[in-house]
Amino acid sequence: MTGAELIIEVLSWIAIVGGGLFVIIGSVGVVRFPDFWSRLHAASIVDSAGVILLVVGMCLQAGPTLITVKLLIIGVFLFITGPTATHAVANAALVSGVLPLGEMKRPKTIAKKQPAKAAPVTSPRKKKARKS
Amino acid sequence: MARKLASLTIENGESISRPNFHFDTATDLNTGRDMVRMIGAALGLGALWWLMSGLFTPLLLCLGVISVVIAVWVFERMDAADEGRLEFSFSLFRLAKYSLWLLVEIAKANWQVTKIILSSKMPIRQKLFNVKISQQSDIGQVVFANSITLTPGTITVETESDHFLVHAVAYNETDIDALAEMDRRVTEIESIPQQGLS
Repeated sequence: MTGAELIIEVLSWIAIVGGGLFVIIGSVGVVRFPDFWSRLHAASIVDSAGVILLVVGMCLQAGPTLITVKLLIIGVFLFITGPTATHAVANAALVSGVLPLGEMKRPKTIAKKQPAKAAPVTSPRKKKARKS
Repeated sequence: MARKLASLTIENGESISRPNFHFDTATDLNTGRDMVRMIGAALGLGALWWLMSGLFTPLLLCLGVISVVIAVWVFERMDAADEGRLEFSFSLFRLAKYSLWLLVEIAKANWQVTKIILSSKMPIRQKLFNVKISQQSDIGQVVFANSITLTPGTITVETESDHFLVHAVAYNETDIDALAEMDRRVTEIESIPQQGLS
């Protein structure tokens, strides 16, 4: 094993172990945080730091091969789909009336959109679609 | 809706669905651009297919060519039915520069949220607040919203026409300035190349 190979090996394992650590930290956060909204943020650590470090580490392991290209494509897709999914979940929570701890009333823009009475979960979305 | 149906019943393949007022020259230009787009899509899909398989046996190459042709054909049919098309006019260099900056921001934010999770007191201060946006195009707004959500500690909850509703887990007063900075940078990559392209 030459010097360069050794350096790559060490770097890749630092990245992989670091990514694993961030995944564990994010999971701990999901358990420790008090409510739905803060848990979303803990999960986003897994999404960003965990995914980035694990993909980088695996790319270094694979070397300049097609596997690296595939890993990078996976990384790019996760970068686009992850936040979109998080946004969808958060938006659904807001529309169905889950408020963060410490927020006593819903924000004005939302209050206007939705009647005060409890509506079926699907109705706000339909309303939105009709509007646009 | 009526126009959509009408364009569906006309022969497919031609770009009739878009309203053109200068008929001759505009249609010629558009079919030329459509050809370029089709060839580009075919090349891109072919490259993607090859990167995914990495094999060179004749049978598999034939299958790849067939699937690319089918995919491009479906694209064209969808285009004939779809009125609005997405103008993607970012310059790659600016996008790369922005991505690097975003990576650094993500690293910083990750560290902050990690500290909150691991500290025994958990100093959480949740807040929903509005962030003004200055992007013109839909795709610029999508990039900005996704960047906010990608950065741990902030999530885009609701999108309106001129502002986003953002939730922060550990809010402090400098957050709004940081998001304004991000907004400025996204607008920068969005706006300039548009004049050159279209």
